[in-house]
Amino acid sequence: MNTIDHHWQRFTLKQKLSRYAVYLVLVIAFVQSIQSVEVIPEFLLDAPEQMADMFSRMWPIDFAYYPVAVHDAMIETLNIATLGTLITLIFAIPLALMNASNIVNSAWCHWISRFFLVSSRSVNSLVWALLFVSIFGPGVIAGVLAIAFRSIGFVGKLLGEAIEEVNMGSIEALKATGASWMSILLKGYWPQVLPAFFSIVLFRWDINVRESAVLGLVGAGGIGVVLDDSMNLFQWDRVAMSLLAIFVIVILAEIVVVNIRKRLL
Amino acid sequence: MAGINTPKNRDNPFKQNWFVTATWLLVICYVLYSFNAMGLSWERFSDGLGHASDLLGRMIPPNFSRWSLLMSGLIESLEIAIISSICGIFISLFLGLFAARNMMPSWISTPVRTLIALCRTFHPVIIAILFVKSVGFGALAGILTLIVASIGFIAKLFAEAIEEISLKQVEAIRATGAGFTSIILFSVMPQVFSRFIGFSTYQLDSNLRNSTMVGIVGAGGLGGTLFSAFQRFDYDFVAAILIVIIALIMFGEFLSNIVRRIFR
Repeated sequence: MNTIDHHWQRFTLKQKLSRYAVYLVLVIAFVQSIQSVEVIPEFLLDAPEQMADMFSRMWPIDFAYYPVAVHDAMIETLNIATLGTLITLIFAIPLALMNASNIVNSAWCHWISRFFLVSSRSVNSLVWALLFVSIFGPGVIAGVLAIAFRSIGFVGKLLGEAIEEVNMGSIEALKATGASWMSILLKGYWPQVLPAFFSIVLFRWDINVRESAVLGLVGAGGIGVVLDDSMNLFQWDRVAMSLLAIFVIVILAEIVVVNIRKRLL
Repeated sequence: MAGINTPKNRDNPFKQNWFVTATWLLVICYVLYSFNAMGLSWERFSDGLGHASDLLGRMIPPNFSRWSLLMSGLIESLEIAIISSICGIFISLFLGLFAARNMMPSWISTPVRTLIALCRTFHPVIIAILFVKSVGFGALAGILTLIVASIGFIAKLFAEAIEEISLKQVEAIRATGAGFTSIILFSVMPQVFSRFIGFSTYQLDSNLRNSTMVGIVGAGGLGGTLFSAFQRFDYDFVAAILIVIIALIMFGEFLSNIVRRIFR
């Protein structure tokens, strides 16, 4: 027994090797990408000048443009975000129930719901918007559906996890009284999931406000349309006005959501 | 008479919560109002469903014949994602440390926190537009955009993680007479490193997703290919690109799960 020579290590050799392998792969990927990516160095050197030029064109911000076009577009953006979040719930709640292993106990249902949730999350909201613009034509309806379909994955996944975490005691008590399936859901699960539900929905709404501000770039309504128009006409003072409006709304939405969530939890 | 004394009017155990009912009513009113305000109607919707079946018909079968174009876009997207993630992770490692209020005096942490909040406020696409204006079309604008987006996410969460650490270990290391760098390396980092890796792999995923999107405004990658395919109504090529994007993202999630398991 010589405990004195014992060498203490935080990680096993296998852990160390696999960590170094990850670092090595990252470095190789990084070097490889830097070498083959097409970057024109002159553009990077030129960037500060160009940026100064852009901000000088933005400067006096065209506040007179706000009542003309920006206000209505901002209201539309907020409506797209809110309505999109509400429509998401129609799809996300059934999928979340299907995905929760304590409600539906069938591997098939899990796979189906997971497929829908993952594909909703993998496609970016702008890509969803492109798809819906080509279906419904340019306009608000494409924006609402894009927001709704993009959010299904997020809301459904988090809500499913919240349902899986409920305390089964009260559910069993309800089952013992012979309560129907619907009343178990409404009186057993729902009150326990309620705070998580509202906090997930509010969180997603906050994200959706940001996302709906850019959907207009592909023609799906909202402030993005105004932004795109003024950019195509090189009216940078109006672009600055739209950006300022987006900035204020995003900050306000975040403050509202943070305050409500603080009260909920 | 030993009868069981049943109370005559028991309270309903599930009381009506008027606040919640009022909220639901408000939501319904809002939906009606917004449908009106935005001119959404059933005809418009059912009209679109016809187009949808048309569109799906033209998307199937996906057309992989221009795969060399597809691959060059895909590789550029990957490069954008890798470079921006690594630079973003590296920068946020420091910014997160500077933004943690229990590590730094407030005259350092407040400006850094403001910078991080600024990075978070705008959607990547808007940042991409500004960078496309200042550094021109191409991958560089995409890389810079995603670096900004990564800083906004990782640095914020990393700073919050550092603020939650236990200060006992910090004190223990400080008691040995360790300098500032050693305190950070041996008492702070071991406590937060696995969470940092978690945020980083999540951001790598989301950079992968976003790198296929910033191309829509001209910042390089597969998004540009996708957008021009949409504009030329090549829906079978669109379907091919979408399949490739979804496969890429699933592969990315698979890889980041492995990395997360290694660093747990």
